[in-house]
Amino acid sequence: MIKIFRTFLIVFFFLTQNSFSEVNKTDLIKVNWPFDGFFGKFDKASLQRGFQVYKEVCASCHSMRHLSYRNLGEKGGPEFSKEEVKAIASQFEVQDGPNQDGEMFTRTALPSDKFVKPYSNSNAARAANGGAYPPDMSVLVKARKGGANYVYSVLMGYADEIPSNITLEEGVYFNKYMTGNKIRMPKPINDGSVEYTDGTNASEEQISKDVVAFLTWAAEPHLEARKRTGFKSIIYLLILTILGFIIKKKIWSNIETKV
Amino acid sequence: MSEYSEQEKFKPVHTNKVDGSPYSGVIGWIDNRLPIFRIFKHEYLDFQVPKTLNYFWSFGGILMLCLIFLIITGLALGMHYKPSADEAFDSVEKIMRDVNFGWLIRYAHMNLASFFFIAVYLHIFRSLYYGSYKEPRQLMWLLGITIFFLMIATAFLGYTLPWGQMSYWGATVITNLFSAIPLIGEGIVTWLWGDYSVGDAALNRFYVLHWLIAFLIVGIVVFHVIALHIVGSNNPSGIEPKDTRDTVSFSPFTTSKDLVGMLIFILIFVAVMMFAPNYLGHPDNYIPANPMVTPAHIVPEWYFLPFYAILRAIPDKLMGVIAMVSSIAILGLLPWLDFSKVRSSVFRPIWKQCVFLFVLDFFLLMYVGAMPAEGIYLVLGRLGTIYWFAFFLVLAPLVSRYEKPLPMPQSINEYMDWKKKGKIKTFNFT
Ligand code: HEC
Ligand code: HEM
Repeated sequence: MIKIFRTFLIVFFFLTQNSFSEVNKTDLIKVNWPFDGFFGKFDKASLQRGFQVYKEVCASCHSMRHLSYRNLGEKGGPEFSKEEVKAIASQFEVQDGPNQDGEMFTRTALPSDKFVKPYSNSNAARAANGGAYPPDMSVLVKARKGGANYVYSVLMGYADEIPSNITLEEGVYFNKYMTGNKIRMPKPINDGSVEYTDGTNASEEQISKDVVAFLTWAAEPHLEARKRTGFKSIIYLLILTILGFIIKKKIWSNIETKV
Repeated sequence: MSEYSEQEKFKPVHTNKVDGSPYSGVIGWIDNRLPIFRIFKHEYLDFQVPKTLNYFWSFGGILMLCLIFLIITGLALGMHYKPSADEAFDSVEKIMRDVNFGWLIRYAHMNLASFFFIAVYLHIFRSLYYGSYKEPRQLMWLLGITIFFLMIATAFLGYTLPWGQMSYWGATVITNLFSAIPLIGEGIVTWLWGDYSVGDAALNRFYVLHWLIAFLIVGIVVFHVIALHIVGSNNPSGIEPKDTRDTVSFSPFTTSKDLVGMLIFILIFVAVMMFAPNYLGHPDNYIPANPMVTPAHIVPEWYFLPFYAILRAIPDKLMGVIAMVSSIAILGLLPWLDFSKVRSSVFRPIWKQCVFLFVLDFFLLMYVGAMPAEGIYLVLGRLGTIYWFAFFLVLAPLVSRYEKPLPMPQSINEYMDWKKKGKIKTFNFT
């Protein structure tokens, strides 16, 4: 009887596991990300290209308010050199002040400044995008079920032929992976949307992969350190557990055999 | 009466008790004045525990470990967190990005909360299965349920602090439950919020209460443990130990075994925290709270799902709230609803099945709680709720009245002997 219950429990677990993941109607495109898995690491070159994509394409609509230019040079990220980070920051203007006369002024951005936002507030962002709000991208990857695969799928999910049962209003586009198959962001990435300087072929897939890798790093800047520490701690704990178990066995040895 | 006989009525007093330490030297000197060393020796070195305790008995210590680390990581978070509607989300992001090892501290605190509940559910299951709630451990059981209620409160309040979408909407839905109270409900909700909606004022007090209740838990755990050292541990046989053939001393036996249990638990915890830190959370909580946008599905954290399912199984709001609260409170009646003299389910063939079904019911309700409250899920949720209450109100008294327990050994020592000879069938969780 106990066995039946046990099997029942196990079967139940499997069933629920499946139905929990079934919530997503369309299966996402699964990419073999270098940052997945136990030894996951970011591909630095890809992150650098991803930043270029963000800067040249997405940044005109999406902010990244939790990032500073200095982050681009930090370990475990795109790892631009100090000079490159300075050069990147200096391409932007920020407002500062008030100065001694009480006036606000603009100056060239420094590495310590936060990423410059495309719109001064969310209403301005909405007004410029037909009422839709382009979400801040700092933690976007963690804020969607499916994470990196989801964002990649959305970028790749535009189609020319729209299913006949879907009617699109002005400023709305078809996307296979959005709820209701509708998105109010025009297709941001096409073949050759950016020009890579390192000779990488700027195909739609490649650009999307690079920008998604960049966004994943932005959402989880300590991913590499986390996985490295995690791996070490697990090895350490495994050894400790085995040792503990041997000690326990030894201590208990004459107790368990007494009866 | 003479002065002399008046004197006879007085008893001698010893206000000065500096004496009796088993230790000498500095430790003895301190122990004679503050008996912490002899208490420690008595309660944690020489203390006798049944030698049959299996790994289910590690979860008490594991819970303690969780609690300590929750408090340590909580303190560290508290030094950088800002409880204001405008700054909360950003301050958490700042912890994750800029504070040294902030990501580790926050992921640890987040996942510890989940693992605290995993441990407490196993701890409660242990008590149910082996009848630990029975005479003389009723008060331990009641203190435990009090702790569980407080854990629910702290976890709920803690979840609101990062001020993401689920924080905000979860807080709105749950605090709104108070409005079901007739007449004064609306007033209570406004009073709780300190405003006409969940906002800055609410967040601020949630932060204070999250701390306060965490420390209240520590207080009650102290009582829980003091009581344990009075009544002693139950054990898988459910038979009280009679002499030292039935027991081992706490150190090094229990300590070494608990250590193994803890290490395995920590191993699993670290694996989840380091490789899937957000698996047990909801992605919507990485979207800053927005009172204008309601999430498609507002779901509580996984460990509240069974009770959420019971809440939604009842069409009437007030009755739903009452059912949800009583589904936990009713655990407290179990020592009096189940009056079988046999503690352990090992010797109770029918009750054992009822307990297994109860566990199944728990998972069923958890599943239903994560699904929309409609169609088949509503039916399943209602069936699950009926079994939940029937387990306590119908099965417990009926089974203890009519069940015929299996033949029982006379002592723990004999129990081990029977088990070795295969005369007792039970799972091996040595
Ligand atoms: C023309 C402005 C614009 C540009 C350029 C743009 N986006 Fe968007 N994006 C939007 C808007 C508007 C939305 C909100 C869409 C909605 O709510 O339907 C959005 C939404 C999104 C979403 C969220 C989808 C969801 O699940 O809610 C993602 C992911 C995204 N954009 C990625 C990108 C990436 C990557 C780039 C750069 C390669 C980019 N966007 C460039 C305007 C833009
Ligand atoms: C913060 C949460 C808790 C902590 C830290 C804690 C701690 C402990 C410890 C250290 C023990 C002794 C070791 C053991 O038997 O496992 C124990 C025993 C016990 N606990 Fe808890 N506990 C907690 C919550 C609960 C809850 C929620 C319940 C029940 C609803 C409960 C019921 C019991 C009972 C009945 C015993 C005695 C069991 C026995 O002797 O066999 N505890 N607890």
